[in-house]
Amino acid sequence: MKMSTGLSYRDLSQMDRSIINRLQGGLPVCDEPYEQIAASLGIGQCELIGRLSKLLEEGFLSRFGPIYNPERLGGAVTLAALEVPQERFDEVAELVNRHDEVAHNYARAHQLNMWFVIATEALAQIDEVIGKIEAQTGLKVLNFPKQKEYLIGLRFDL
Amino acid sequence: MTQMKKRSNRIDATDRLIITATQHGLPLLARPYDEIARQTGLSAQLVKQRMSAMLENGIIRRMGAVPNHYRLGYRANGMSVWDMEEARIDDIGGLVGGLYFVSHCYQRPRCLPLWPYNFFAMVHARSKREVEAKVARIAHLVGEASRSHTILYSSKILKKTGIRLKERREETCSD
Repeated sequence: MKMSTGLSYRDLSQMDRSIINRLQGGLPVCDEPYEQIAASLGIGQCELIGRLSKLLEEGFLSRFGPIYNPERLGGAVTLAALEVPQERFDEVAELVNRHDEVAHNYARAHQLNMWFVIATEALAQIDEVIGKIEAQTGLKVLNFPKQKEYLIGLRFDL
Repeated sequence: MTQMKKRSNRIDATDRLIITATQHGLPLLARPYDEIARQTGLSAQLVKQRMSAMLENGIIRRMGAVPNHYRLGYRANGMSVWDMEEARIDDIGGLVGGLYFVSHCYQRPRCLPLWPYNFFAMVHARSKREVEAKVARIAHLVGEASRSHTILYSSKILKKTGIRLKERREETCSD
């Protein structure tokens, strides 16, 4: 998962930075949406599309397009945590990661040292996955389902 | 009328076709909606209509670029967690959620005695010091509504799927 290729954000041109900043804000739903954005950046549509493909290819952008809300598509998402004894950390990480429903998993510096996101097609499956992880690891999974959300709209300032 | 409203909030087979065709991205072509129309067999008009509706009712959160923050140099990722007074949480959530450096902001249950925190705000920055400065800005907004807070830094990504990174060379190496 570590990115070891040579390119870093320092290599990004001013135009690429402007594109990333500008496109986090949104793209209009119209016949030629890139044309509109390109015009506002003072470049042509072909150049914008070319740069965008390159930013995706080089991994500076994870994706580009509609960001669907999984819960609105009928799915469920939760954040869960484990307190894993240090000597079992790698073994437990593997047991947890083996579940396709585990979308992200981070080691964090805290008594609760493993934090992961479980995403399933239906709400009931969240408890099933938690039950399986508890059975496989012998550890208690703490479940922190979101009760309220206050945004999603990180804008990087490049 | 109410039935139509209700319908617009749920996805049907047409929406599903569009979602399947676009969940990995919008075509990088001058007329992307024509391309989705071609792939789904729907008219471009209908595709645009449905996607606008899904944007409006929140099925699509937004349309745009998802930056890879690690790649962009935002390698310090601090999960700030707060023990917040329930009555103030909505007001404060609205403020904190509006900060540009906060990527996720949620109310979640406490899990006492180990976990007194009920408010989570994920902060991204280029260094730990910058995360701390940003968390201090949150603390300023929060004031006395929070009894205590801490920052959990990620020390390692153990898994991250669901994003499309074209890092083929590394993938084959790690296999």
